[in-house]
Amino acid sequence: MKPAEAKLKAGRPRLLLPDRTHYCAGCGHGVVHRIIAEVLQEWGIRGQAIGMAPVGCAVLMYQYLDIDACESPHGRTPEVAAGIKRARPDKLVFSYQGDGDLAAIGTNEIIHVANRGEPISVIFVNNAVYGMTGGQMAPTTVPGQKTTTTPKGRSVTAEGYPVRVCELLAALEKPAYLERCVIGSAKEIQRTKNAIKKSFRVQRDLGAFSLVEILSPCPTYWRVPPAKSVKYIETWMEQIFPPGVVKDVTK
Amino acid sequence: MAAPASAEEKVLVTGNVAAAEGAVRAGCRFYFGYPITPQNDLPEYMSSRMPEVGGTFIQAESELAAISLVHGAAAAGGRAMTSSSSPGISLKQEGLSYLAGSELPALIVNVQRGGPGLGDVRCGQADYFQATRGGGHGDYRLLVLAPHTVQETFDLAYEAFDLAEARRCPVMILTDQQLGQMMEPLVPAPMKDLPAVQDHPWALTGAEGRPRRIVKSFYWRPGELEEFNRRLREKYMRMEKELPRWEEDRAADADVVLVAYGTSARIAREAVDVARGEGIRAGLVRPITLWPFPAAPLAAAARRGARFLVVEMSWGQMIDDVKLSLYGTPRPVDLCWRAGGGVPTVAEVAECIRKARR
Ligand SMILES: Cc1ncc(C[n+]2csc(CCOP(=O)(O)OP(=O)(O)O)c2C)c(N)n1
Repeated sequence: MKPAEAKLKAGRPRLLLPDRTHYCAGCGHGVVHRIIAEVLQEWGIRGQAIGMAPVGCAVLMYQYLDIDACESPHGRTPEVAAGIKRARPDKLVFSYQGDGDLAAIGTNEIIHVANRGEPISVIFVNNAVYGMTGGQMAPTTVPGQKTTTTPKGRSVTAEGYPVRVCELLAALEKPAYLERCVIGSAKEIQRTKNAIKKSFRVQRDLGAFSLVEILSPCPTYWRVPPAKSVKYIETWMEQIFPPGVVKDVTK
Repeated sequence: MAAPASAEEKVLVTGNVAAAEGAVRAGCRFYFGYPITPQNDLPEYMSSRMPEVGGTFIQAESELAAISLVHGAAAAGGRAMTSSSSPGISLKQEGLSYLAGSELPALIVNVQRGGPGLGDVRCGQADYFQATRGGGHGDYRLLVLAPHTVQETFDLAYEAFDLAEARRCPVMILTDQQLGQMMEPLVPAPMKDLPAVQDHPWALTGAEGRPRRIVKSFYWRPGELEEFNRRLREKYMRMEKELPRWEEDRAADADVVLVAYGTSARIAREAVDVARGEGIRAGLVRPITLWPFPAAPLAAAARRGARFLVVEMSWGQMIDDVKLSLYGTPRPVDLCWRAGGGVPTVAEVAECIRKARR
């Protein structure tokens, strides 16, 4: 299917506001926003949703999604989300986070929110760099990857290995569902959408914590053309971050 | 302590418990904290009190997390609080700046200890600058309330959320180790009849049948942040005009006006007794709001020629505000201080009064 046809067929979900986003060409954030908008719209639960925008490229998520939303200090995102959920347990609360936000400055917060089993959905966009601040090394930067603070490539000797968030959280008792998806082919995007749906269901039906990690392109700071970024994920990221279900108590 | 059953009941509690119960009876249903001496009986009390009233208690993994949970619960319309002591309050500064920037109401209790660094768990008042200047990054202030008895600790906690919601700003109750840990009789006010979460016009409730709401402090369009700051400044200037509160004791005819808050104010009052006994006309102005600082009574005393003696448990922080209050009418301002866990004795302060009069 040509892109023009795909657009015609799907149209723009109403919950995705017609603003032009500030995202770079080929960035995955816009696709993830769209998936969230589609799910909320398909389920007709705009009025039930409260979203947390992170400090990072997606801080303006609330600019584009037509739902109640809140912003938090860098990395504290899941704790602010947990505070909202404790106050409004009947609402669908999700925390949207980048890899710097979630796996560096907010590592403590995500581990303890997951460990307490706070019934929120975490949408974790792993683009292997700090996008917002200009492409520095992230905790998920892959070995050898050049960033603006690893000009010779990430050295595992000096900088350690990338942090695998799903596997880390799987060591805890309470997380109910952890899956790693990809913003890549149409099929993979559909799988990402299904995972987000499942995460929302786990929150609503089980009252449990879940997280969907999404390997997501950042052509600008990977310094690859947008068209090649999907290949980049396959070649570089998927070896270290294998897509798939890491934990699922519903099975 | 078992929660007192009726308003007529008199109980004997610590200042920390009084702060907790004052907040609970004001409708606070969300408490988030992290242990630190000398305020541990506050979260411990809340851990059993919150479930009794259908509220939420979480012992968070850090002060950063605790204040972030407060942020979330407040954004959703809950009356939310946290408490800590000096080193923990330093960690909360990030959250306080975001609360102020997001214009969210909340209550923070700081039971001050000696610093800097890990310092000591004994008494201190050296967080005055941090409390009254905002403490985190950016232009903002906290509304800072300074009780000096257990009863007043309860009363200010009971009132704090009304003030915080009316002004949409975080409120800090600034006490100290002695005030927090000592016991005094308390006659508590009755439980306010409020829902656990309120539907404020800005609160996140899910955008059912209405335009979405956004709770944020990020203003990125050119000029937007400047405009927001202009509005914030106006708000805080209104507070400066409308909210200063203080208590005077024998200050009207005093040649030496003592200025002190919290535990220092209790000692200063006794020292005033001693001085009056010796025929020295001493008096006390006790700020109840530290921000906004009550400049008016001090300026008035300066105009009639009084001298000033600031008593505080720091090298001298509130003394700067006293001097600023006298702007235009310079008068001698002395300092009587102990810091690093030391508490001034009545005799020491009385001697300072004798010296100040000369
Ligand atoms: C306390 C604090 N430290 C640092 C920053 C600067 N900062 C903004 S976004 C960001 C990293 C964002 O990276 P990531 O979470 O991976 O999200 P992305 O932008 O890649 O989507 C940093 C370090 C900040 N805003 N606050």
